[in-house]
Amino acid sequence: MARNDADLTSRPSVSVHAPGTASAGVMPSTAPVMQLRDVSVYYGSYEAVRGTSMPIQQNQVTAMIGPSGCGKSTVLRALNRMNDPIPGARVSGEVLYHGQDLYAKDVDPIQVRRRIGMVFQKPNPFPKSIYDNVAYGLRINGIKGRLDDHVEEALTQAALWDEVKDKLRKSALALSGGQQQRLCIARTIAVKPEVILMDEPCSALDPIATAKIEDLMFELTNDYTIVIVTHNMQQAARVSHYTAFFTAEVDEKQVRHGRLVEFSQTGKLFTNPADKRTEDYITGRFG
Amino acid sequence: MTVTAPPTTRAGAGGPDLTRAALSGRRRFSNHLATTAIWAAVLLAVIPLALVTYEVVIKGSGVMSLSFLTEDIPNSYRREGGGMAPAIVGTLLITGMAALMAIPLGVFGAIYLNEYGKQSPLARLIRLMADVMTGVPSIVMGVFIYISWVLLVGQQTGFAGALALACLMLPVVIRSSEEMLRLVPDELRQASMALGARKWKTTLTVVLPAAISGITSGSLLAVARAAGETAPIVIVTGIVFAPNSNLFDGFNTALPAQIFRNASQPFEAAQDRAWGAALTLIVIVLGFTIIARLIASRFAIKER
Repeated sequence: MARNDADLTSRPSVSVHAPGTASAGVMPSTAPVMQLRDVSVYYGSYEAVRGTSMPIQQNQVTAMIGPSGCGKSTVLRALNRMNDPIPGARVSGEVLYHGQDLYAKDVDPIQVRRRIGMVFQKPNPFPKSIYDNVAYGLRINGIKGRLDDHVEEALTQAALWDEVKDKLRKSALALSGGQQQRLCIARTIAVKPEVILMDEPCSALDPIATAKIEDLMFELTNDYTIVIVTHNMQQAARVSHYTAFFTAEVDEKQVRHGRLVEFSQTGKLFTNPADKRTEDYITGRFG
Repeated sequence: MTVTAPPTTRAGAGGPDLTRAALSGRRRFSNHLATTAIWAAVLLAVIPLALVTYEVVIKGSGVMSLSFLTEDIPNSYRREGGGMAPAIVGTLLITGMAALMAIPLGVFGAIYLNEYGKQSPLARLIRLMADVMTGVPSIVMGVFIYISWVLLVGQQTGFAGALALACLMLPVVIRSSEEMLRLVPDELRQASMALGARKWKTTLTVVLPAAISGITSGSLLAVARAAGETAPIVIVTGIVFAPNSNLFDGFNTALPAQIFRNASQPFEAAQDRAWGAALTLIVIVLGFTIIARLIASRFAIKER
Protein backbone atom coordinates (compact mmCIF):
# COMPACT_ATOMS: atom_id res chain seq x y z
CA MET A 1 0.00 0.00 0.00
CA ALA A 2 2.54 2.52 -1.16
CA ARG A 3 -0.07 5.23 -1.34
CA ASN A 4 -0.97 5.26 2.28
CA ASP A 5 2.36 6.59 3.38
CA ALA A 6 2.50 9.47 0.93
CA ASP A 7 5.06 11.80 2.47
CA LEU A 8 3.70 15.31 2.33
CA THR A 9 6.31 17.06 4.40
CA SER A 10 8.94 19.16 2.70
CA ARG A 11 11.55 16.43 2.87
CA PRO A 12 12.80 15.90 -0.68
CA SER A 13 11.22 12.93 -2.35
CA VAL A 14 12.12 11.69 -5.79
CA SER A 15 9.50 9.01 -6.02
CA VAL A 16 6.55 10.11 -8.03
CA HIS A 17 3.29 8.30 -7.76
CA ALA A 18 2.92 5.87 -10.65
CA PRO A 19 -0.75 5.23 -11.37
CA GLY A 20 -0.05 2.21 -13.53
CA THR A 21 1.35 0.21 -10.67
CA ALA A 22 -0.86 1.30 -7.83
CA SER A 23 -4.22 0.96 -9.52
CA ALA A 24 -3.70 -2.68 -10.44
CA GLY A 25 -6.42 -3.87 -8.15
CA VAL A 26 -4.52 -3.19 -4.97
CA MET A 27 -7.30 -0.98 -3.73
CA PRO A 28 -10.99 -1.49 -4.20
CA SER A 29 -12.42 1.17 -6.48
CA THR A 30 -14.68 2.46 -3.77
CA ALA A 31 -11.95 3.33 -1.28
CA PRO A 32 -11.97 7.05 -0.58
CA VAL A 33 -8.68 8.67 -1.51
CA MET A 34 -9.72 11.89 0.13
CA GLN A 35 -12.17 12.67 2.88
CA LEU A 36 -13.56 16.05 3.91
CA ARG A 37 -14.58 16.28 7.55
CA ASP A 38 -16.58 19.31 8.58
CA VAL A 39 -14.59 21.58 6.28
CA SER A 40 -15.32 25.31 6.42
CA VAL A 41 -13.45 27.84 4.33
CA TYR A 42 -13.06 31.43 5.49
CA TYR A 43 -11.96 34.54 3.65
CA GLY A 44 -10.98 36.76 6.55
CA SER A 45 -13.89 36.69 8.96
CA TYR A 46 -16.34 35.69 6.23
CA GLU A 47 -17.26 32.03 6.24
CA ALA A 48 -17.63 31.24 2.53
CA VAL A 49 -18.44 27.55 2.92
CA ARG A 50 -19.74 25.95 6.09
CA GLY A 51 -19.33 22.42 7.41
CA THR A 52 -18.71 20.23 4.37
CA SER A 53 -18.19 16.49 4.79
CA MET A 54 -17.84 14.14 1.84
CA PRO A 55 -15.52 11.46 0.46
CA ILE A 56 -13.61 11.48 -2.84
CA GLN A 57 -13.60 7.94 -4.17
CA GLN A 58 -10.55 6.51 -5.88
CA ASN A 59 -10.57 6.21 -9.70
CA GLN A 60 -14.00 7.76 -9.87
CA VAL A 61 -15.27 11.12 -11.08
CA THR A 62 -16.83 13.22 -8.35
CA ALA A 63 -18.82 16.22 -9.55
CA MET A 64 -19.64 19.32 -7.57
CA ILE A 65 -22.68 21.17 -8.84
CA GLY A 66 -24.73 24.10 -7.65
CA PRO A 67 -25.65 27.69 -8.43
CA SER A 68 -23.09 30.48 -8.68
CA GLY A 69 -21.65 31.56 -5.36
CA CYS A 70 -22.43 28.30 -3.59
CA GLY A 71 -18.77 27.70 -2.76
CA LYS A 72 -18.11 24.66 -4.93
CA SER A 73 -14.95 26.16 -6.48
CA THR A 74 -13.81 27.28 -3.05
CA VAL A 75 -14.11 23.73 -1.73
CA LEU A 76 -12.32 22.38 -4.81
CA ARG A 77 -9.42 24.76 -4.29
CA ALA A 78 -9.25 23.76 -0.64
CA LEU A 79 -8.45 20.20 -1.77
CA ASN A 80 -4.93 21.10 -2.93
CA ARG A 81 -4.37 24.27 -0.92
CA MET A 82 -4.78 26.60 -3.87
CA ASN A 83 -6.48 29.11 -1.57
CA ASP A 84 -3.29 29.51 0.45
CA PRO A 85 -1.97 32.62 -1.33
CA ILE A 86 -5.26 34.48 -0.93
CA PRO A 87 -4.77 36.87 2.00
CA GLY A 88 -6.99 35.86 4.92
CA ALA A 89 -8.07 32.52 3.44
CA ARG A 90 -8.32 29.82 6.12
CA VAL A 91 -9.69 26.31 6.38
CA SER A 92 -11.15 24.63 9.44
CA GLY A 93 -12.05 20.98 9.78
CA GLU A 94 -10.00 18.24 8.15
CA VAL A 95 -9.15 17.57 4.52
CA LEU A 96 -7.79 14.05 4.71
CA TYR A 97 -5.69 12.54 1.95
CA HIS A 98 -4.85 8.93 2.68
CA GLY A 99 -5.69 9.75 6.25
CA GLN A 100 -3.32 12.72 6.51
CA ASP A 101 -4.73 16.17 7.16
CA LEU A 102 -3.54 18.40 4.31
CA TYR A 103 -3.74 21.41 6.62
CA ALA A 104 -1.58 19.91 9.36
CA LYS A 105 1.34 22.08 10.40
CA ASP A 106 4.17 20.08 8.86
CA VAL A 107 2.48 19.49 5.52
CA ASP A 108 4.21 21.24 2.61
CA PRO A 109 1.66 22.61 0.11
CA ILE A 110 4.14 21.98 -2.71
CA GLN A 111 4.10 18.25 -1.93
CA VAL A 112 0.30 18.34 -1.83
CA ARG A 113 0.02 19.99 -5.23
CA ARG A 114 2.45 17.54 -6.79
CA ARG A 115 0.00 14.77 -5.94
CA ILE A 116 -3.23 16.68 -6.38
CA GLY A 117 -3.12 18.61 -9.65
CA MET A 118 -5.53 21.15 -11.04
CA VAL A 119 -7.04 22.16 -14.37
CA PHE A 120 -8.57 25.62 -14.53
CA GLN A 121 -11.68 27.15 -16.01
CA LYS A 122 -9.87 29.24 -18.59
CA PRO A 123 -7.25 27.32 -20.57
CA ASN A 124 -3.99 28.77 -19.26
CA PRO A 125 -1.05 27.28 -21.15
CA PHE A 126 2.31 28.93 -20.48
CA PRO A 127 3.54 31.22 -23.26
CA LYS A 128 6.03 28.53 -24.18
CA SER A 129 6.16 25.78 -26.79
CA ILE A 130 3.74 22.85 -26.62
CA TYR A 131 6.63 20.60 -25.61
CA ASP A 132 7.85 22.93 -22.87
CA ASN A 133 4.35 23.25 -21.45
CA VAL A 134 4.17 19.52 -20.84
CA ALA A 135 7.81 19.20 -19.83
CA TYR A 136 7.54 22.08 -17.34
CA GLY A 137 6.12 20.07 -14.48
CA LEU A 138 8.59 17.27 -15.12
CA ARG A 139 11.53 19.67 -15.06
CA ILE A 140 10.52 21.45 -11.87
CA ASN A 141 9.99 18.13 -10.19
CA GLY A 142 13.47 17.08 -11.15
CA ILE A 143 12.43 14.26 -13.43
CA LYS A 144 15.39 13.75 -15.72
CA GLY A 145 16.12 11.43 -18.55
CA ARG A 146 13.66 10.52 -21.20
CA LEU A 147 11.64 13.69 -21.11
CA ASP A 148 10.52 13.10 -24.71
CA ASP A 149 8.85 9.82 -23.75
CA HIS A 150 7.08 11.37 -20.79
CA VAL A 151 5.83 14.26 -22.94
CA GLU A 152 4.55 11.92 -25.63
CA GLU A 153 2.85 9.72 -23.05
CA ALA A 154 1.10 12.67 -21.40
CA LEU A 155 -0.03 14.14 -24.71
CA THR A 156 -1.29 10.73 -25.84
CA GLN A 157 -3.23 10.26 -22.60
CA ALA A 158 -4.76 13.69 -23.09
CA ALA A 159 -5.83 12.69 -26.62
CA LEU A 160 -3.79 15.50 -28.13
CA TRP A 161 -0.69 13.76 -29.47
CA ASP A 162 -1.96 13.17 -33.01
CA GLU A 163 -2.94 16.81 -33.39
CA VAL A 164 0.33 18.31 -32.17
CA LYS A 165 3.07 15.74 -32.78
CA ASP A 166 4.38 17.67 -35.79
CA LYS A 167 4.46 21.04 -34.07
CA LEU A 168 5.76 20.37 -30.58
CA ARG A 169 8.14 23.34 -30.81
CA LYS A 170 5.38 25.76 -31.82
CA SER A 171 3.80 28.07 -29.27
CA ALA A 172 0.99 26.60 -27.23
CA LEU A 173 -0.88 29.86 -27.70
CA ALA A 174 -1.45 29.00 -31.36
CA LEU A 175 -3.70 26.07 -30.41
CA SER A 176 -7.49 26.33 -30.31
CA GLY A 177 -9.26 26.73 -26.97
CA GLY A 178 -10.18 23.05 -26.76
CA GLN A 179 -6.67 21.97 -27.68
CA GLN A 180 -5.23 24.38 -25.12
CA GLN A 181 -7.42 22.86 -22.42
CA ARG A 182 -6.35 19.34 -23.37
CA LEU A 183 -2.75 20.60 -23.28
CA CYS A 184 -3.38 21.86 -19.75
CA ILE A 185 -4.68 18.40 -18.85
CA ALA A 186 -1.59 16.83 -20.44
CA ARG A 187 0.58 19.23 -18.47
CA THR A 188 -1.16 18.17 -15.28
CA ILE A 189 -1.00 14.43 -15.87
CA ALA A 190 2.64 14.59 -16.98
CA VAL A 191 3.69 14.85 -13.33
CA LYS A 192 1.47 11.84 -12.56
CA PRO A 193 -0.67 13.19 -9.76
CA GLU A 194 -3.08 10.89 -8.03
CA VAL A 195 -6.02 13.28 -8.02
CA ILE A 196 -6.93 15.84 -10.71
CA LEU A 197 -9.13 18.75 -9.74
CA MET A 198 -11.01 20.39 -12.60
CA ASP A 199 -12.62 23.78 -12.11
CA GLU A 200 -15.30 24.13 -14.79
CA PRO A 201 -12.86 22.86 -17.43
CA CYS A 202 -15.35 23.10 -20.31
CA SER A 203 -17.11 26.36 -19.63
CA ALA A 204 -14.94 28.23 -22.15
CA LEU A 205 -15.26 25.54 -24.81
CA ASP A 206 -17.69 24.69 -27.60
CA PRO A 207 -19.80 21.48 -27.47
CA ILE A 208 -17.43 19.43 -29.64
CA ALA A 209 -14.37 20.33 -27.57
CA THR A 210 -16.45 19.69 -24.44
CA ALA A 211 -17.36 16.22 -25.67
CA LYS A 212 -13.68 15.44 -26.26
CA ILE A 213 -12.76 16.50 -22.73
CA GLU A 214 -15.63 14.47 -21.27
CA ASP A 215 -14.49 11.36 -23.15
CA LEU A 216 -11.02 12.06 -21.90
CA MET A 217 -12.18 12.26 -18.29
CA PHE A 218 -13.72 8.84 -18.62
CA GLU A 219 -10.45 7.44 -19.98
CA LEU A 220 -8.45 9.11 -17.24
CA THR A 221 -10.34 7.37 -14.43
CA ASN A 222 -8.29 4.27 -15.24
CA ASP A 223 -5.32 5.98 -13.68
CA TYR A 224 -6.59 9.01 -11.84
CA THR A 225 -9.21 10.22 -9.42
CA ILE A 226 -11.08 13.24 -10.77
CA VAL A 227 -13.03 15.95 -9.00
CA ILE A 228 -14.87 18.32 -11.29
CA VAL A 229 -16.77 21.51 -10.57
CA THR A 230 -19.37 22.27 -13.20
CA HIS A 231 -22.28 24.58 -13.83
CA ASN A 232 -23.64 22.13 -16.28
CA MET A 233 -25.90 19.52 -14.69
CA GLN A 234 -26.02 17.40 -17.83
CA GLN A 235 -22.26 17.28 -17.78
CA ALA A 236 -22.24 16.13 -14.17
CA ALA A 237 -24.81 13.47 -15.03
CA ARG A 238 -22.77 12.32 -18.04
CA VAL A 239 -19.29 12.14 -16.57
CA SER A 240 -19.49 11.58 -12.84
CA HIS A 241 -19.95 8.62 -10.58
CA TYR A 242 -20.67 10.70 -7.49
CA THR A 243 -22.23 14.12 -7.26
CA ALA A 244 -22.20 16.72 -4.52
CA PHE A 245 -24.88 19.39 -4.67
CA PHE A 246 -24.02 22.72 -3.06
CA THR A 247 -26.21 25.71 -2.55
CA ALA A 248 -25.96 29.13 -0.94
CA GLU A 249 -27.98 29.75 2.18
CA VAL A 250 -28.64 32.81 4.26
CA ASP A 251 -28.18 32.18 7.97
CA GLU A 252 -29.88 33.80 10.96
CA LYS A 253 -27.47 36.79 10.74
CA GLN A 254 -28.38 37.36 7.08
CA VAL A 255 -24.94 36.17 5.91
CA ARG A 256 -24.66 33.95 2.84
CA HIS A 257 -22.73 30.70 3.15
CA GLY A 258 -22.12 27.90 0.71
CA ARG A 259 -23.36 24.55 2.00
CA LEU A 260 -23.22 20.97 0.86
CA VAL A 261 -26.83 19.84 0.58
CA GLU A 262 -26.54 16.33 -0.72
CA PHE A 263 -23.87 13.87 -1.72
CA SER A 264 -24.61 10.54 -3.34
CA GLN A 265 -24.08 8.41 -6.39
CA THR A 266 -24.81 10.45 -9.48
CA GLY A 267 -27.61 8.22 -10.70
CA LYS A 268 -29.41 8.44 -7.41
CA LEU A 269 -28.92 12.17 -6.99
CA PHE A 270 -30.41 12.91 -10.37
CA THR A 271 -33.28 10.42 -10.34
CA ASN A 272 -34.18 10.19 -6.70
CA PRO A 273 -32.78 13.12 -4.73
CA ALA A 274 -33.19 12.93 -0.98
CA ASP A 275 -33.41 16.67 -0.45
CA LYS A 276 -36.14 18.97 -1.74
CA ARG A 277 -33.57 21.66 -2.63
CA THR A 278 -31.64 19.23 -4.81
CA GLU A 279 -34.81 18.25 -6.58
CA ASP A 280 -35.75 21.89 -7.20
CA TYR A 281 -32.33 22.59 -8.64
CA ILE A 282 -32.05 19.59 -10.94
CA THR A 283 -35.58 19.99 -12.22
CA GLY A 284 -34.86 23.61 -13.03
CA ARG A 285 -37.20 25.21 -10.52
CA PHE A 286 -34.32 27.06 -8.95
CA GLY A 287 -30.87 28.31 -9.95
CA MET B 1 -42.77 46.75 -50.11
CA THR B 2 -39.32 47.11 -48.77
CA VAL B 3 -39.48 43.86 -46.85
CA THR B 4 -39.86 41.74 -49.96
CA ALA B 5 -37.22 43.59 -51.98
CA PRO B 6 -34.86 41.02 -53.51
CA PRO B 7 -31.30 41.14 -52.19
CA THR B 8 -30.01 42.33 -55.57
CA THR B 9 -31.79 45.65 -55.16
CA ARG B 10 -29.35 48.47 -54.62
CA ALA B 11 -29.41 50.26 -51.31
CA GLY B 12 -31.43 53.39 -51.52
CA ALA B 13 -34.19 51.79 -53.51
CA GLY B 14 -36.42 51.72 -50.46
CA GLY B 15 -33.99 50.10 -47.97
CA PRO B 16 -32.00 52.15 -45.49
CA ASP B 17 -29.39 54.40 -47.05
CA LEU B 18 -26.05 53.02 -45.86
CA THR B 19 -23.79 55.45 -47.74
CA ARG B 20 -21.66 57.99 -45.95
CA ALA B 21 -23.74 60.78 -47.45
CA ALA B 22 -26.61 59.72 -45.23
CA LEU B 23 -24.73 60.81 -42.11
CA SER B 24 -25.73 64.11 -40.66
CA GLY B 25 -23.51 67.07 -41.48
CA ARG B 26 -22.51 67.45 -37.87
CA ARG B 27 -21.27 63.87 -37.55
CA ARG B 28 -19.32 64.12 -40.80
CA PHE B 29 -17.78 67.37 -39.61
CA SER B 30 -16.72 66.01 -36.21
CA ASN B 31 -15.27 62.90 -37.85
CA HIS B 32 -13.15 65.07 -40.17
CA LEU B 33 -12.14 67.27 -37.29
CA ALA B 34 -10.96 64.36 -35.16
CA THR B 35 -9.02 62.77 -38.02
CA THR B 36 -7.34 66.07 -38.87
CA ALA B 37 -6.45 66.71 -35.24
CA ILE B 38 -4.85 63.31 -34.88
CA TRP B 39 -2.73 63.74 -38.00
CA ALA B 40 -1.71 67.23 -36.94
CA ALA B 41 -0.62 65.92 -33.53
CA VAL B 42 1.48 63.21 -35.15
CA LEU B 43 3.18 65.71 -37.48
CA LEU B 44 3.83 68.16 -34.66
CA ALA B 45 5.39 65.40 -32.58
CA VAL B 46 7.59 64.23 -35.43
CA ILE B 47 8.84 67.68 -36.49
CA PRO B 48 11.23 68.32 -33.57
CA LEU B 49 12.45 64.72 -33.70
CA ALA B 50 13.19 64.93 -37.42
CA LEU B 51 14.82 68.36 -37.13
CA VAL B 52 17.11 67.30 -34.28
CA THR B 53 18.17 64.15 -36.10
CA TYR B 54 18.70 66.06 -39.37
CA GLU B 55 20.73 68.81 -37.72
CA VAL B 56 22.94 66.41 -35.78
CA VAL B 57 23.55 64.15 -38.76
CA ILE B 58 24.39 67.06 -41.12
CA LYS B 59 26.65 68.91 -38.70
CA GLY B 60 28.10 65.79 -37.08
CA SER B 61 28.98 63.97 -40.27
CA GLY B 62 31.26 66.89 -41.21
CA VAL B 63 33.85 65.82 -38.64
CA MET B 64 32.96 62.13 -38.55
CA SER B 65 35.84 59.92 -39.62
CA LEU B 66 37.79 56.96 -38.36
CA SER B 67 40.32 59.28 -36.74
CA PHE B 68 37.53 61.13 -34.89
CA LEU B 69 36.50 57.85 -33.30
CA THR B 70 40.02 56.70 -32.45
CA GLU B 71 42.08 59.79 -31.60
CA ASP B 72 42.56 61.55 -28.29
CA ILE B 73 40.78 64.77 -27.38
CA PRO B 74 43.07 67.77 -28.07
CA ASN B 75 43.99 69.45 -24.81
CA SER B 76 43.27 72.84 -26.32
CA TYR B 77 39.73 73.58 -27.51
CA ARG B 78 41.20 75.90 -30.16
CA ARG B 79 43.12 73.11 -31.91
CA GLU B 80 41.67 71.56 -35.08
CA GLY B 81 41.23 67.80 -35.56
CA GLY B 82 41.63 65.26 -32.83
CA GLY B 83 38.90 62.84 -31.79
CA MET B 84 36.55 61.64 -29.12
CA ALA B 85 37.98 58.20 -28.33
CA PRO B 86 38.30 58.87 -24.55
CA ALA B 87 34.68 59.98 -24.34
CA ILE B 88 33.44 57.02 -26.39
CA VAL B 89 35.37 54.58 -24.18
CA GLY B 90 34.13 56.44 -21.10
CA THR B 91 30.47 56.44 -22.20
CA LEU B 92 30.51 52.72 -23.03
CA LEU B 93 32.26 51.69 -19.83
CA ILE B 94 30.46 54.04 -17.44
CA THR B 95 26.99 53.39 -18.87
CA GLY B 96 27.72 49.67 -19.14
CA MET B 97 28.84 49.47 -15.53
CA ALA B 98 25.83 51.51 -14.41
CA ALA B 99 23.49 49.16 -16.30
CA LEU B 100 25.25 46.15 -14.78
CA MET B 101 24.55 47.52 -11.32
CA ALA B 102 21.10 49.00 -11.78
CA ILE B 103 19.28 46.49 -14.01
CA PRO B 104 19.68 43.30 -11.94
CA LEU B 105 19.04 45.21 -8.73
CA GLY B 106 16.04 46.96 -10.26
CA VAL B 107 14.52 43.79 -11.70
CA PHE B 108 14.94 41.93 -8.42
CA GLY B 109 13.42 44.91 -6.65
CA ALA B 110 10.47 44.81 -9.02
CA ILE B 111 10.08 41.07 -8.40
CA TYR B 112 9.98 41.74 -4.69
CA LEU B 113 7.37 44.47 -5.10
CA ASN B 114 5.05 42.59 -7.43
CA GLU B 115 5.47 38.96 -6.37
CA TYR B 116 6.28 39.12 -2.68
CA GLY B 117 5.73 42.54 -1.09
CA LYS B 118 2.51 43.38 -2.99
CA GLN B 119 0.58 45.83 -0.81
CA SER B 120 2.60 45.40 2.38
CA PRO B 121 3.73 48.60 4.14
CA LEU B 122 7.36 47.96 3.17
CA ALA B 123 6.46 47.50 -0.49
CA ARG B 124 4.36 50.66 -0.47
CA LEU B 125 7.23 52.59 1.10
CA ILE B 126 9.70 51.30 -1.51
CA ARG B 127 7.30 52.24 -4.30
CA LEU B 128 6.93 55.73 -2.88
CA MET B 129 10.69 56.13 -2.52
CA ALA B 130 11.26 54.91 -6.08
CA ASP B 131 8.76 57.45 -7.36
CA VAL B 132 10.43 60.21 -5.40
CA MET B 133 13.84 59.08 -6.63
CA THR B 134 12.63 59.28 -10.24
CA GLY B 135 12.07 62.98 -9.69
CA VAL B 136 15.50 63.74 -8.22
CA PRO B 137 17.39 66.00 -10.67
CA SER B 138 20.50 64.34 -12.08
CA ILE B 139 22.76 67.13 -10.86
CA VAL B 140 21.58 66.47 -7.31
CA MET B 141 22.46 62.81 -7.76
CA GLY B 142 25.90 63.93 -8.99
CA VAL B 143 26.45 66.02 -5.88
CA PHE B 144 25.20 63.16 -3.70
CA ILE B 145 27.71 60.73 -5.22
CA TYR B 146 30.43 63.38 -4.92
CA ILE B 147 30.02 63.72 -1.17
CA SER B 148 29.21 60.09 -0.45
CA TRP B 149 31.75 58.38 -2.72
CA VAL B 150 34.25 60.73 -4.37
CA LEU B 151 35.20 62.37 -1.10
CA LEU B 152 35.36 58.95 0.52
CA VAL B 153 37.80 57.36 -1.95
CA GLY B 154 39.58 60.65 -2.53
CA GLN B 155 39.37 60.94 -6.32
CA GLN B 156 37.00 61.40 -9.21
CA THR B 157 36.70 58.19 -11.24
CA GLY B 158 34.65 56.63 -13.97
CA PHE B 159 33.13 54.34 -11.35
CA ALA B 160 31.76 57.33 -9.47
CA GLY B 161 30.01 58.30 -12.72
CA ALA B 162 28.65 54.78 -13.05
CA LEU B 163 27.34 54.94 -9.48
CA ALA B 164 25.55 58.22 -10.17
CA LEU B 165 24.01 56.87 -13.39
CA ALA B 166 22.99 53.64 -11.65
CA CYS B 167 21.17 55.65 -8.97
CA LEU B 168 19.34 57.53 -11.71
CA MET B 169 18.43 54.33 -13.58
CA LEU B 170 17.39 52.27 -10.58
CA PRO B 171 13.95 53.76 -9.87
CA VAL B 172 13.06 53.76 -13.57
CA VAL B 173 14.03 50.11 -13.92
CA ILE B 174 12.12 49.16 -10.76
CA ARG B 175 8.90 50.89 -11.71
CA SER B 176 8.86 49.91 -15.38
CA SER B 177 9.74 46.27 -14.58
CA GLU B 178 7.04 46.14 -11.91
CA GLU B 179 4.47 47.34 -14.44
CA MET B 180 5.54 44.59 -16.83
CA LEU B 181 5.33 41.91 -14.13
CA ARG B 182 1.88 43.16 -13.22
CA LEU B 183 0.72 42.46 -16.76
CA VAL B 184 1.57 38.76 -16.47
CA PRO B 185 -1.79 37.02 -15.95
CA ASP B 186 -2.31 35.43 -12.54
CA GLU B 187 -3.59 32.28 -14.26
CA LEU B 188 -0.01 31.46 -15.27
CA ARG B 189 1.21 31.71 -11.68
CA GLN B 190 -1.67 29.50 -10.55
CA ALA B 191 -0.98 26.92 -13.25
CA SER B 192 2.64 26.71 -12.19
CA MET B 193 1.69 26.54 -8.52
CA ALA B 194 -0.78 23.73 -9.21
CA LEU B 195 2.03 21.71 -10.78
CA GLY B 196 3.95 21.85 -7.53
CA ALA B 197 6.34 24.66 -8.39
CA ARG B 198 7.74 26.75 -5.60
CA LYS B 199 7.27 30.46 -5.79
CA TRP B 200 10.81 31.37 -6.82
CA LYS B 201 10.67 28.68 -9.50
CA THR B 202 7.40 30.06 -10.82
CA THR B 203 8.82 33.56 -10.80
CA LEU B 204 12.02 32.61 -12.61
CA THR B 205 10.62 30.16 -15.14
CA VAL B 206 7.13 31.47 -15.88
CA VAL B 207 6.61 35.06 -14.76
CA LEU B 208 9.98 36.54 -15.70
CA PRO B 209 10.11 35.02 -19.23
CA ALA B 210 6.58 36.23 -19.87
CA ALA B 211 7.57 39.77 -18.94
CA ILE B 212 11.14 39.82 -20.24
CA SER B 213 10.59 41.76 -23.44
CA GLY B 214 8.78 44.55 -21.63
CA ILE B 215 11.42 44.60 -18.90
CA THR B 216 14.13 44.82 -21.55
CA SER B 217 12.42 47.77 -23.23
CA GLY B 218 11.96 49.58 -19.93
CA SER B 219 15.53 48.96 -18.81
CA LEU B 220 16.80 50.09 -22.18
CA LEU B 221 14.97 53.35 -21.92
CA ALA B 222 16.71 53.87 -18.59
CA VAL B 223 20.11 53.06 -20.13
CA ALA B 224 19.50 55.44 -23.02
CA ARG B 225 18.54 58.22 -20.64
CA ALA B 226 21.58 57.55 -18.46
CA ALA B 227 23.92 57.56 -21.47
CA GLY B 228 22.84 61.12 -22.14
CA GLU B 229 23.28 62.41 -18.59
CA THR B 230 25.76 65.28 -18.38
CA ALA B 231 25.69 66.88 -14.97
CA PRO B 232 26.73 63.93 -12.77
CA ILE B 233 29.52 63.02 -15.19
CA VAL B 234 30.94 66.54 -15.11
CA ILE B 235 30.81 66.58 -11.31
CA VAL B 236 32.14 63.14 -10.38
CA THR B 237 34.40 61.84 -13.18
CA GLY B 238 36.75 64.75 -13.82
CA ILE B 239 38.15 64.94 -17.34
CA VAL B 240 40.71 63.08 -19.45
CA PHE B 241 42.17 63.67 -22.89
CA ALA B 242 43.42 60.13 -23.48
CA PRO B 243 41.25 57.01 -23.04
CA ASN B 244 41.17 55.60 -19.52
CA SER B 245 39.75 52.11 -19.49
CA ASN B 246 40.16 51.72 -15.73
CA LEU B 247 36.94 52.83 -14.10
CA PHE B 248 38.38 52.59 -10.62
CA ASP B 249 41.51 54.69 -11.03
CA GLY B 250 41.99 58.09 -12.60
CA PHE B 251 39.68 60.63 -14.14
CA ASN B 252 37.36 59.76 -16.98
CA THR B 253 34.96 61.46 -19.32
CA ALA B 254 31.90 60.71 -21.42
CA LEU B 255 30.28 62.01 -24.59
CA PRO B 256 27.59 64.23 -23.00
CA ALA B 257 30.23 65.96 -20.87
CA GLN B 258 32.35 66.52 -23.96
CA ILE B 259 29.37 67.91 -25.88
CA PHE B 260 28.76 70.31 -22.99
CA ARG B 261 32.39 71.43 -22.73
CA ASN B 262 33.10 71.73 -26.45
CA ALA B 263 29.79 73.30 -27.45
CA SER B 264 30.24 76.10 -24.94
CA GLN B 265 33.54 77.21 -26.54
CA PRO B 266 33.77 80.11 -29.00
CA PHE B 267 36.10 78.09 -31.25
CA GLU B 268 34.73 76.45 -34.37
CA ALA B 269 36.99 73.39 -34.01
CA ALA B 270 35.50 72.65 -30.56
CA GLN B 271 31.94 73.18 -31.76
CA ASP B 272 32.54 70.76 -34.64
CA ARG B 273 33.79 68.17 -32.17
CA ALA B 274 30.65 68.71 -30.07
CA TRP B 275 28.46 67.95 -33.11
CA GLY B 276 30.53 64.86 -33.85
CA ALA B 277 30.19 63.72 -30.25
CA ALA B 278 26.43 64.27 -30.42
CA LEU B 279 26.13 62.12 -33.53
CA THR B 280 28.30 59.42 -31.95
CA LEU B 281 26.11 59.42 -28.82
CA ILE B 282 22.91 59.05 -30.85
CA VAL B 283 24.42 56.17 -32.82
CA ILE B 284 25.55 54.45 -29.60
CA VAL B 285 22.08 54.77 -28.05
CA LEU B 286 20.56 53.44 -31.28
CA GLY B 287 22.99 50.54 -31.08
CA PHE B 288 21.90 49.80 -27.48
CA THR B 289 18.29 49.81 -28.61
CA ILE B 290 18.87 47.38 -31.46
CA ILE B 291 20.90 44.99 -29.31
CA ALA B 292 18.26 45.00 -26.56
CA ARG B 293 15.49 44.34 -29.09
CA LEU B 294 17.42 41.38 -30.44
CA ILE B 295 17.92 39.98 -26.96
CA ALA B 296 14.26 40.48 -26.13
CA SER B 297 13.09 38.76 -29.31
CA ARG B 298 15.42 35.86 -28.58
CA PHE B 299 13.64 35.37 -25.25
CA ALA B 300 10.16 36.17 -26.43
CA ILE B 301 7.79 33.41 -27.43
CA LYS B 302 6.62 33.44 -31.02
CA GLU B 303 2.87 33.67 -31.11
CA ARG B 304 2.62 31.28 -34.05
